[in-house]
Amino acid sequence: MKYVDEFRDGDKARQIAELIQSEVRPDHQYRLMEFCGGHTHAIFRFGLVDLMPENIQFIHGPGCPVCVLPAGRIEAVIKLLENSDNLILCTYADLMRVPAGKRDSLHKAKARGADIRMIYSSTDALNIARNNPGQQVFFFAIGFETTTPPTAAAIKIAHHEKLKNFSVFCNHVETPPAMAHILSSGETQLDGILGPSHVSTIIGSHAYAECCKQYSTPFVIAGFEPLDILQSTLMLVRQINEGRFEVENQYCRAVKTDGNKKAQTLMSEIFEQRPLFEWRGLGELANSAIQIKNRFSDFDAEKRFAMEHIEVADIKGCICPAVLRGVSNPDECKLFGTVCTPEDPKGACMVSSEGACAAYYSYGRYRTEVEVVNS
Amino acid sequence: MSRLDLKNGVIEIIHGSGGRASSQLIEELFIPHFDNELLRQGNDATAFDIPAGRMVITTDAHVVSPLFFPGGDIGSLSVHGTINDVAMSGAKPLYLSASIILEEGFPLADLEKIVISMANASRTANVPIITGDTKVVERGKGDGAFISTSGIGIVPEGINISGDLAQPGDLILLSGFIGDHGVAILSSREGLEFSTAIKSDSAALHELVSEMVQTVPDIHCLRDPTRGGLATTLNELARQSKVGIQIYEHTIPVRAEVKGACELLGLDPLYIANEGKLVCICPKKSAENLLNIMQQHPLGKEAAIIGQVTEDKQQLVVMKTTFGGQRVVDWLAGEQLPRIC
Amino acid sequence: MCLAIPAKIESLDALASTAIVNLNNIRKEVSTLLLDEVTVGDYVLVHVGYALERIDPVEAARTLAMFDDMQALGDTE
Repeated sequence: MKYVDEFRDGDKARQIAELIQSEVRPDHQYRLMEFCGGHTHAIFRFGLVDLMPENIQFIHGPGCPVCVLPAGRIEAVIKLLENSDNLILCTYADLMRVPAGKRDSLHKAKARGADIRMIYSSTDALNIARNNPGQQVFFFAIGFETTTPPTAAAIKIAHHEKLKNFSVFCNHVETPPAMAHILSSGETQLDGILGPSHVSTIIGSHAYAECCKQYSTPFVIAGFEPLDILQSTLMLVRQINEGRFEVENQYCRAVKTDGNKKAQTLMSEIFEQRPLFEWRGLGELANSAIQIKNRFSDFDAEKRFAMEHIEVADIKGCICPAVLRGVSNPDECKLFGTVCTPEDPKGACMVSSEGACAAYYSYGRYRTEVEVVNS
Repeated sequence: MSRLDLKNGVIEIIHGSGGRASSQLIEELFIPHFDNELLRQGNDATAFDIPAGRMVITTDAHVVSPLFFPGGDIGSLSVHGTINDVAMSGAKPLYLSASIILEEGFPLADLEKIVISMANASRTANVPIITGDTKVVERGKGDGAFISTSGIGIVPEGINISGDLAQPGDLILLSGFIGDHGVAILSSREGLEFSTAIKSDSAALHELVSEMVQTVPDIHCLRDPTRGGLATTLNELARQSKVGIQIYEHTIPVRAEVKGACELLGLDPLYIANEGKLVCICPKKSAENLLNIMQQHPLGKEAAIIGQVTEDKQQLVVMKTTFGGQRVVDWLAGEQLPRIC
Repeated sequence: MCLAIPAKIESLDALASTAIVNLNNIRKEVSTLLLDEVTVGDYVLVHVGYALERIDPVEAARTLAMFDDMQALGDTE
């Protein structure tokens, strides 16, 4: 695969790792947050931790859309499904097993008879609406800025076609405010941030400039392939060593300073800032999410169905919120690997394969168990 | 009574009610295609002589969506699947039974296609279907057609193959490319459509197995990595034999198209279903010989030695990646669904 | 993360704003609504059925060359 395989070369990886090794200051602990679940996944899948010097520590960030969605939002959808008989719910498959309240999930709601269709693209939801004019098609939209433009496109097309039976439950959130929140809270000390790659293709590398400057934190937009992550780590180490803090762009093959203008224009045509939105783990953050503009309110599921706001308490003992803020590691959770496993997830971070807990569980056990055996 | 309208007709409730319509379906559709001497007895139970030795029996329920997919359909799948389960004990499959559950309104033309496909698969494999049954459920209470098949077979003398016999030091062989079936199914699933030349690998493996056990009678384990893929089968074998398994990513045959589809949909080829592949665990000394035999058979041309059995109290399957790292290959959690993040 | 993968554009339907992309001979229709200019032969990042951005071949080559430079540096040490 062009532009994939070249960036997964093990020999080159070891050479870059040696370079990192030779440049880190032995007296310094480098605490680097990888913002995205994609980075977390790659770090584990390719065993990058094994290549790193001991004083480089990766802290997992909140960049997993499924993980930061409050359980109450899913619970509200399940409630709605149960109270209506002509609703088709369209969702990305990622959401199916995420725990809502009381051990419920969309998967279980489907088993109880709800009409839930797993889709690959927002265009599939539109097709389902066109083919089922007698039913209401409800699209459960989640994701960061990467996934927002396709949702905007769907709303624009639905508006153009005057589709009467299509609406969007908007849960799209924005990454810079989450990053600023983590840096401002001071809960966990961070020396540098590996920034989102695919989100940045849309919003551009400059989107993080303010955050980087305000918190004097080095920042590198990092691709998701293992060589990208290693090179970005080296770039961060150099910024830290030289006392610099700026936004550097390692993923320049796909990310421009200004991002994708056409996608931005489309997003601002359909969406506007939402004053307040809850992130699982981070709490309510101002101006961190978007909502559908009044002009397109016909397509806003929250307005069409007067959806309830439901509070769902976290499962007792689950430390997902702390994991999402980079304060705790998954294996510090009492539930981890005992009652909370990928087969029966209690917290959202165990569901998505991008979640920090799932990555630790699926790929990390070998390391910990071998260490236990050796000691 | 006029003949079945195989062009435009549909299944009706009366086709499963045991009356004249049921018997017409059997006489005009099933018997002509499945025809064999034992089936012609026409009794509720078919009688046959049994040879001496150990017999095996297996049963398998088949549901698949869509019913027709590149490289096969539910009919051929139901024959191959059961023949393979018999063969994974090292046995020679003798006979099959089939029961078909049809949904009211199911087109007779589709049913005929499925029946012909079952008949061809059974004839090619030389394993006849000697008894069967059909029931009809009301519209909305079935998904077109479900097929359940059972099979019996006889284990050659001196062969003892079981999932709990893997020993540390044994080598692990895989008969060919993984993931073809699952990707073929995904490519034709509504909403996901992508086009690819990949076809399901659905095939009957008993002849390959017969040659393998003749050459290397001390094969320890055989299993076909169907649902859950290679990863799940290796985990099952590790648990059953209370051993660990070490595999090497670069030795596992995966077609470029399967890799591409997996990258696109966020899936892992190790967890994608196969319907015409087997995993074999045998003593190290026999492995090269066995590999040669497998590679000479059309269904084992791309066979490879992919790893070895280790001593491991944790019973983990660990993979050395092409990138150079080690990672755990876990059981499949939930189901393999396309993901966006 | 946001799962996106580079695939090559094989054909374009300007009217419908769609393209057929090819990834290891897997062909899929994607929307090109989010891109101004795309040409057959371009590699684009595909996410949820949409082409998000063109892969810049010059920048990609530059990144790869940097890996090689690092390797040379690593070798001399």
